Amino acid sequence: MEMSERRKKRLDRSITVRSRGLYALSSWREMTFLLLPRVALVALLCALPLMLDMYWQRVFCAAATYAMLALAFDFLAQYAGLVCLGLSMFIGLGGYVSGSLNHYWGWPIWVTIPLASVTGAALGTLALVLCLRLRGVYFAIVSFMLPLFLVSFIVATSILGSTEGISSLDYLPNIWVEQYLLVGALLVALFGLRRLMTEDFGIILQAVKDNDQAVKASGIDITAYKIKALFLAALIGSFCGAYLSHLYGWLGLSMFAMDFSILPIAATVMGGMGTLAGPVIGAFVLTPLSEALRGFGQLRVVLYSLILLAFILYKPEGILNYLERKYFQFERWEKV
Amino acid sequence: MEILIYGAVNSMIFMLLAAGFALVYGVSRIPNFAHGAVYVLVGFLTWSFLNDLKLPYILAILLALVVSALLGLIIYRFVLIRLRGMPTSEIIASFAVSLVILEGLRLQGIAGFKGFIGPFYSLPPFFDAKINVAGVFVDFQRLFILGFGSLILLAIYLFTHYSKAGLKLRAIAQDEQAAMMLGIHPDRTAMLSLAVGSALAGMAAVLVLPLGNLAVEQGYHVLIRALAVCIVGGLGSWAGTILASLVLGYTVIISSTLLGTVWESMVLVGTIILILLLKPSGLLGKQKELEERV
Repeated sequence: MEMSERRKKRLDRSITVRSRGLYALSSWREMTFLLLPRVALVALLCALPLMLDMYWQRVFCAAATYAMLALAFDFLAQYAGLVCLGLSMFIGLGGYVSGSLNHYWGWPIWVTIPLASVTGAALGTLALVLCLRLRGVYFAIVSFMLPLFLVSFIVATSILGSTEGISSLDYLPNIWVEQYLLVGALLVALFGLRRLMTEDFGIILQAVKDNDQAVKASGIDITAYKIKALFLAALIGSFCGAYLSHLYGWLGLSMFAMDFSILPIAATVMGGMGTLAGPVIGAFVLTPLSEALRGFGQLRVVLYSLILLAFILYKPEGILNYLERKYFQFERWEKV
Repeated sequence: MEILIYGAVNSMIFMLLAAGFALVYGVSRIPNFAHGAVYVLVGFLTWSFLNDLKLPYILAILLALVVSALLGLIIYRFVLIRLRGMPTSEIIASFAVSLVILEGLRLQGIAGFKGFIGPFYSLPPFFDAKINVAGVFVDFQRLFILGFGSLILLAIYLFTHYSKAGLKLRAIAQDEQAAMMLGIHPDRTAMLSLAVGSALAGMAAVLVLPLGNLAVEQGYHVLIRALAVCIVGGLGSWAGTILASLVLGYTVIISSTLLGTVWESMVLVGTIILILLLKPSGLLGKQKELEERV
C-alpha cells in the first residue's frame, strides 16, 4: 500500500548555516546575506516618501500608521497572549489628549505629541489593567467594547467637541517632517520590539504566554510584565493617534472607528503572525490596495475581512514566513 | 411598576440575545463573534421576504430562521473547523465573518442591490395593540417577548436535558475526550451547536426587532450585549446567564430612566468592570472557568 510517493524536503542553504552566530563576521558575503533584508526594508521605507506624489504620500502616512498598529497588535497577541480587538482606543486616546492640549491650552506640537503618547498610553493601560485578570477570549471581548464605550462617553457627556470633533489644530510643520517622523517612529518601534523580544523581558513574556502558572511558580509577577507589554503597545498606538490628529489638523469620533482595529489585524494575519516585520509588510500591501478601492465605499471593509479570512484559513503562516523560508532554505521533492 | 415590567422585558431581551452565544461557547468553546451579524441578517432577510417576495409573515420568519441555522452550519464547516483549538484565530476569523456579513449588508450598487442604509427598515409587530398591565401600558410585542422568551428557555432546557442531540452537546461540553470515546463526533456536535446558536440569534432578532428600526450597527450592539451577559454571568453556566440578564436588564432600565438612554453602553461596561473586580469568574462561574480566566 503506497500512501504518498513524494514529499517536500527542506534544507538550509549553505550560506544560512555559514552566517549563523559569530561566523557571519568571517566574510562580507555572509554579512550581506544577513543584512540585506533589513537594509532593504529600511531603505525602501526611507526612499518611498521621496518617490511619491502628494496624494500617495498621504496614503503612505496611513499605511505607516496601520503598520505601527499592526506591530502593536502582533506584539500583544503573539508575545503577550493578549488579543486586543480595540486598537482604535489607543488611537483615540492619543489623538484626543494631544488635540485637547493643543486646542485648549495652545501647547506646541513638539510638546503635545510626546506628552500625548505617554499620557494616552497610560490611560489605555489603566483602562485595560482591570481586564488583565482575563485571558484570551475574555480580554478580546472587553478590549473590543472599550472604544465603543469611550465614544458613547464622549457623546453622552458632550465634552471635547462631542460628535463634531475639534478642528483647527496645529499642523505638522512640513511634509518632510510629516513623513520622516512617522518612518523614524515605525523603524524604532519595529527594531526596538524585535530587540526587546530577545532580551530577558521578551523571554519572560513568551513564557507567560505559553504557561503563566509556571512563570508564577518561578516567583515572577506576571501581571507586572503584562502591564509593561500593554504599555508599550499602547504607547505605539497613542503616538499614532497624536500624530494623526496633527496630520489632519482635526480630530473626531472617527478616531475610534473600526478601521483602526480591523485593518491592522488583517495586516498582521496577512504578513505573518508573530514575526513583527510581517505585519509591517502586510500593512504596506493592504493600505494601498484599499486606497485603490476607495470608490467602492463599504466594500473596503468587506474586502479586508475576506483577505483576512482567506489568509487565516489557507495561508496561516503569512507572507513573511513564506519569504523567510524561501530566503533561508531550499526545497526539493524527494521520493519516500 | 413601570421599571418592574419594562425591566422584565429588557432582561428577557438580554437573555434571548445571549442564549445563542452562551450555547455555542458552552459547548464548543468557540467565541462566535458572528453572533450579532446573524441577528441582523435574519432581521433583513425577514424584511426582504416580507416586502420583496410578499410572503406571509410566519413563513418569512421560518424561512429566515432556516437560513440562519444553515449559516451557522456553513460558518463552522468552512471556516471554524480549520481553526479549532486556536483561540486567537477563532476570534479573528469569526470577527471577520461578522464584518463581511454586516458591512456586506451596507454594500450598494452590486446586482441592483440598494444596501440596507437609513431608517426605512422595520419589521411589523405581530399584533399591534397595547394593553394595560397593572397601570402601565405595554404593547403586545413586549408581552410576546416575555412569553416566547420563556418558551424558548424552556425549550432549550428540555432539548439539552432530554433529547439525544442535546445530551451529546452537554457531554462534549463536559469532557470532550470521554465523549469522543463514547462515539460522539466532536465536529458534528460543534456544527449542531452553531446551527442551534444561530437559530437562537435569529429567534431573538424576530422577536426583538419589531420594537425598533433595523440597522446594521445593531449587529455590534447585540454582540456587545451578548458578551456582557456572558461575562457577568460566568460562561458555561445557564443559571449565571439568566441571573446576569436580570441584573443587566434592570440596571440598564433603571439607569436609562434616571440618566437617559445614551448612558446604556457605559452602564454595561461599568457593570462588567465592577463584576470583574469583585468576582473575576462571573456571578455564577465555576472553578473550571476561574482556572481559565485568572
